Amino acid sequence: MSDVAERVKKIVIEHLGVDADKVVDSANFIDDLGADSLDTVELVMAFEEEFGVEIPDESAEGIVTVGDAVKFLEKATAKA
Amino acid sequence: MFDLNNRVALVTGASGGLGASIARALHKQGAKVVLSGTRREALDALAAELGERAFVAPCNLSDAAAVEKLVPEAEALAGPLDILVNNAGVTRDGLFMRMKDEDWSTVLTVNLESAFRLARAAVKGMMKRRHGRIINITSVVGVTGNPGQANYCASKAGLIGMSKALAAEIAARGITVNCVAPGFIASPMTDVLNDKQKESILGAIPRGEMGKGDDIAAATVYLASDEAGYVTGQTLHVNGGMAMI
Repeated sequence: MSDVAERVKKIVIEHLGVDADKVVDSANFIDDLGADSLDTVELVMAFEEEFGVEIPDESAEGIVTVGDAVKFLEKATAKA
Repeated sequence: MFDLNNRVALVTGASGGLGASIARALHKQGAKVVLSGTRREALDALAAELGERAFVAPCNLSDAAAVEKLVPEAEALAGPLDILVNNAGVTRDGLFMRMKDEDWSTVLTVNLESAFRLARAAVKGMMKRRHGRIINITSVVGVTGNPGQANYCASKAGLIGMSKALAAEIAARGITVNCVAPGFIASPMTDVLNDKQKESILGAIPRGEMGKGDDIAAATVYLASDEAGYVTGQTLHVNGGMAMI
């Protein structure tokens, strides 16, 4: 697991209070991990803080699974 | 009770009478206050009067770009924002059939849209900290209506609806959103009324006198306090009984 993936999963586990084994790449924040829409906004804010990047609203809308977040952040941090 | 030590508050319209009363009251409870408004001299004078824990951040609320910068500026001056008081308001009265587009949009922009922008900017940090108080100063006429003030009434009713929606969205994060709705408050605006006008206004107020800025400030302090943490999405009417809603 990449460093980015590990950090993303840690944030998701902490924020949503879910078991680590549920936080797989294909897990959908809302359908699988019990997040509500406000939780997803907060997750994006937490990712922004952790990785020091800005996630525009258009991109945030596309981040619906753990894997989406990892993919986006790997790209964003590679650029930086 | 109602201790606001270590809390940071931003008050818009603090160069006006009501905003100054609100800022003084929050400050008296121990809060750091950031005074915003259009008239720099009035803000500076108020900050000088309050002494420590008072900061000045002038802003023209009809300028969207300036509004977007106000919360970050306030936080740079005083620290993370705990309390936002959207108090600033303007009137452009006129009969509905003669109301100009510009008079409509100016009032809606300053009274309602700026409150939306400031709340949106403030909520981000409040969500992270799991605490916040947003208090929108509306008006009794936002609920009752008033001839000649379609734009003003729309903006004030809009604040009430917006507050309820936001309150529902973020209640679980420890942030409350409420309104204070003044009735007739003695101010330079009401000082110019003649005796007959005053008499007819007072006739409609069971309490028999106009309200004071301090009456509104006290309601604001309550809603800003930790003690009011279970109160959200409400409108607290402070009007001497002129409308019982």
